[in-house]
Amino acid sequence: MLDYATLRVIWWALLGTLLIGFAIMDGFDFGVAGLLKLLGRDNEERLVLLEGIEPTWEGNQTWFILGGGATFAAFPTLYAVSFSGMYLAIFLVLLAFILRPVGFNFRGKIHDPRWASLWDWVLVASGIVVMLISGVAFGNLFLGLPFRFDGDLRMSWHGGFFDLLHPFALLAGLVSLSMLLAHGACWAALKADHAIAGRAVKIARWATLVYAALYVLAGIWLAYGIPGYAVSGVAASEGVSNPLYTPVVHGGSWFAGYMQYPWFWSAPLLALVSALAVQALIGRRSAAGFIASSLMVGSTIASAGFALFPFLMPSSIDPRSSLTVWDASSSRGTLQLMLVATIVFLPIILLYTSWVYRVMRGRVTLDQVRKAHAGY
Amino acid sequence: MIIDADVVTLSRLQFALTALYHFLFVPLTLGLVWILAIMESIYVMTGREVWKRMVQFWGVLFGINFAMGVATGVTMEFQFGMNWAYYSHYVGDIFGAPLAIEGLMAFFLEATLVGVFFMGWERISRIKHLLVTWFLALATSLSALWILIANAWMQHPVGAAFNPQTMRMEVTSFSKVFFNPVAQDKFVHTVSAGYVLGSMFVLSISAWYLLRGRNVDFAKRSMTVAASFGLAAALSVVVLGDASGYTVSLNQQMKMAAIEAMWHTEPAPAPFTLFGLPDEQQRTTRYAVRIPWVMGLIGTHSLDQTMPGVAELVDAAKGRIDNGVKAYDAMLTLRRNPGDAAAKAALAAHDQDLGYALLLKRYVDDPRQATPADIQKAADSTIPNVPVLFWSFRIMVACGFYFIALFALSFWKASRRRLDSQRWYLRLALWSLPLPWLAAELGWIVAEYGRQPWAIEGVLPTALGVSSVTAGQVLTSLGGFVLFYTALAVVDAVLMLKFARKGPDGLGIWPHAGSFQPPAAELGSFGEHHA
Repeated sequence: MLDYATLRVIWWALLGTLLIGFAIMDGFDFGVAGLLKLLGRDNEERLVLLEGIEPTWEGNQTWFILGGGATFAAFPTLYAVSFSGMYLAIFLVLLAFILRPVGFNFRGKIHDPRWASLWDWVLVASGIVVMLISGVAFGNLFLGLPFRFDGDLRMSWHGGFFDLLHPFALLAGLVSLSMLLAHGACWAALKADHAIAGRAVKIARWATLVYAALYVLAGIWLAYGIPGYAVSGVAASEGVSNPLYTPVVHGGSWFAGYMQYPWFWSAPLLALVSALAVQALIGRRSAAGFIASSLMVGSTIASAGFALFPFLMPSSIDPRSSLTVWDASSSRGTLQLMLVATIVFLPIILLYTSWVYRVMRGRVTLDQVRKAHAGY
Repeated sequence: MIIDADVVTLSRLQFALTALYHFLFVPLTLGLVWILAIMESIYVMTGREVWKRMVQFWGVLFGINFAMGVATGVTMEFQFGMNWAYYSHYVGDIFGAPLAIEGLMAFFLEATLVGVFFMGWERISRIKHLLVTWFLALATSLSALWILIANAWMQHPVGAAFNPQTMRMEVTSFSKVFFNPVAQDKFVHTVSAGYVLGSMFVLSISAWYLLRGRNVDFAKRSMTVAASFGLAAALSVVVLGDASGYTVSLNQQMKMAAIEAMWHTEPAPAPFTLFGLPDEQQRTTRYAVRIPWVMGLIGTHSLDQTMPGVAELVDAAKGRIDNGVKAYDAMLTLRRNPGDAAAKAALAAHDQDLGYALLLKRYVDDPRQATPADIQKAADSTIPNVPVLFWSFRIMVACGFYFIALFALSFWKASRRRLDSQRWYLRLALWSLPLPWLAAELGWIVAEYGRQPWAIEGVLPTALGVSSVTAGQVLTSLGGFVLFYTALAVVDAVLMLKFARKGPDGLGIWPHAGSFQPPAAELGSFGEHHA
């Protein structure tokens, strides 16, 4: 039997794992979609790109669905506050998630260049919207969000959509966008016909450079320009899941955790080293470049999560209402049951996912596409 | 905090629209995938190419529908947090778990395998592909199981208790939540309805080919599979629907009374009202045509137990509201002073009725200040919309019996190899196509609209579950859904019709006549129609 505090930390880590899983697995689908018009110059080239992600994007998207479900189950208050508070931003992301599956499926079903082009733009837009907004939302976590609870723990939100567009949050959005575009380009370099892969290599190099510069800039801004939040006194890590019970102050540094646990620095370091590795390895157009960009994506998210810990979502107008790992979780019984379910099923998921990738391995060539779509 | 009534209305409207829309696609996925699995099994067992081509042709239609199901399913998962934040906070401890397990156990498998199903024909062996299809089918039904466990908890919340410290319901027994008897009945009833719908889909489109004299062998084989599978499913949907009715009458007496427009308790065994016009104002049913005994038999599976009527249930609700106010008072005391022994005892005695005190929040800010008139209004608000439930239920049941008849006839004709002997039969099969959708949507209305005014029966009123968003925000998202969903519905219908019309012959999947030559094109979901 694990104690409540340990279970909460494990679930914080699992939530991070699911988010990283989503960013790595579905991030390249979104990246490729976002680059569809840039990488694919004609319909055949775009078909090559799409067929490179087509067999697996649906499973990849499930990382996101599962992330949502796991947040609901493990941190219900976080799920409720974030989804309802950032209502219109979440609605935009939702639209992207609605249009993408039908885009993949419907694009080729009617033979008209205008039809294909319409869905190409839908896919580009859905990719950009998701990559950008998820970064902006993450950036806002550092700024704190305008909500408070009443005694019944009913949350009220005191801001609108445009309040989310703080310059720091926008910078975080650009970090996310450049990072996932680079990641998508690394996938295309591995998967697409060499004619396209060459272009993808160039884009991956540029996007990684932009990403690294913006990431460092965001780190400096966070260190010197954005005050952190802190639990005042000793955190009741075994306490009742009621956000109002934890006293929180606004002030101090988001890097306090990094000072306390120096091994946290491994995450941002790995992110930058991986960015260098992408530069060095992407020219081979092999799995190495893609693995490097995956590490870059994962460690970037981890570095942000470490800085926030133990906060999930601070409140800018009523720090006491802030959600932390210690006061926004499910009951101990639920965390425990969900942990067992995850331990049983996550390895099985990884097993069949890797089998599917193995079955579908290999570069998609222009020749294959031309042959399969003869008479197109 | 005052709840904005417009936000409640708009959020409910949006939920109903998006759920009903999502439920156009889900049952077809649930049913069609098993038909694909059956066809592919026959292909692997007999080695006859036509069965593989059948899987591929029906697979094209399956793929279009599957994409819509996935797209509209994401909305459902987002929507609890976006529009029902207090609901999510209040019951997330219990309700979130089955949703997350659905992702872990079922949806992940389904979504990962579907790509291999479409694009893996040339890449893996026959047996492996068959296994993929079977696991795909299994995963879709498992997915339904977990969603219905979550839904059943809304209808019959077992294994949980209110915690005044966290102001929410928390799990006391997951095994009670997972083995909720309502969940089992709902699961079998709902997946059977999906199997009926999938069978009707194949039956109707095949009948159309036979009417046109196209794809004759192909269509007859498809119809035979659909007729057998459909008959079993239609029998199951009605028999298990009866079991479902029995659990409803045990656990949701008001819903049952509303379905039957039973305004007052009848002496046992109660009669079944076959037809009538329920009048909500006068609380009576005009022009009622009644069959003695039948309702008592369905509802209690006995001849001597009575079923309570609406008026008696409203009186009972008043008593529960009184007790609920005591629980509410104790809850407030415990929030200030968690150690108060008297309050603990009071909450323990009445926490089953706490939700009834929350019904008063629509009329008064503090339930403890409620007047007798408020209590009367709150008790009256426990009556769902009787005419809608009365008629939805009757039309759904009539459809169910019709399906048994139609599939029995089809099965008989198929076994005598006379499927195309009579054109009236083929026309009947064709024009029956929309009926399973009608029945499925009405079933949703009976189950969910009939649950009102509760989000969680007896625990949390729907109106309290909403988010603290503005009516303008919900109107924006609602407008967006109406716009995009309508556009997608048009595209979906156009594509379905296009590919059904083209048929296996038009798509080059199966030839018009003469000896068969396999088409060259690989049948991926980008390429399936290019040959």
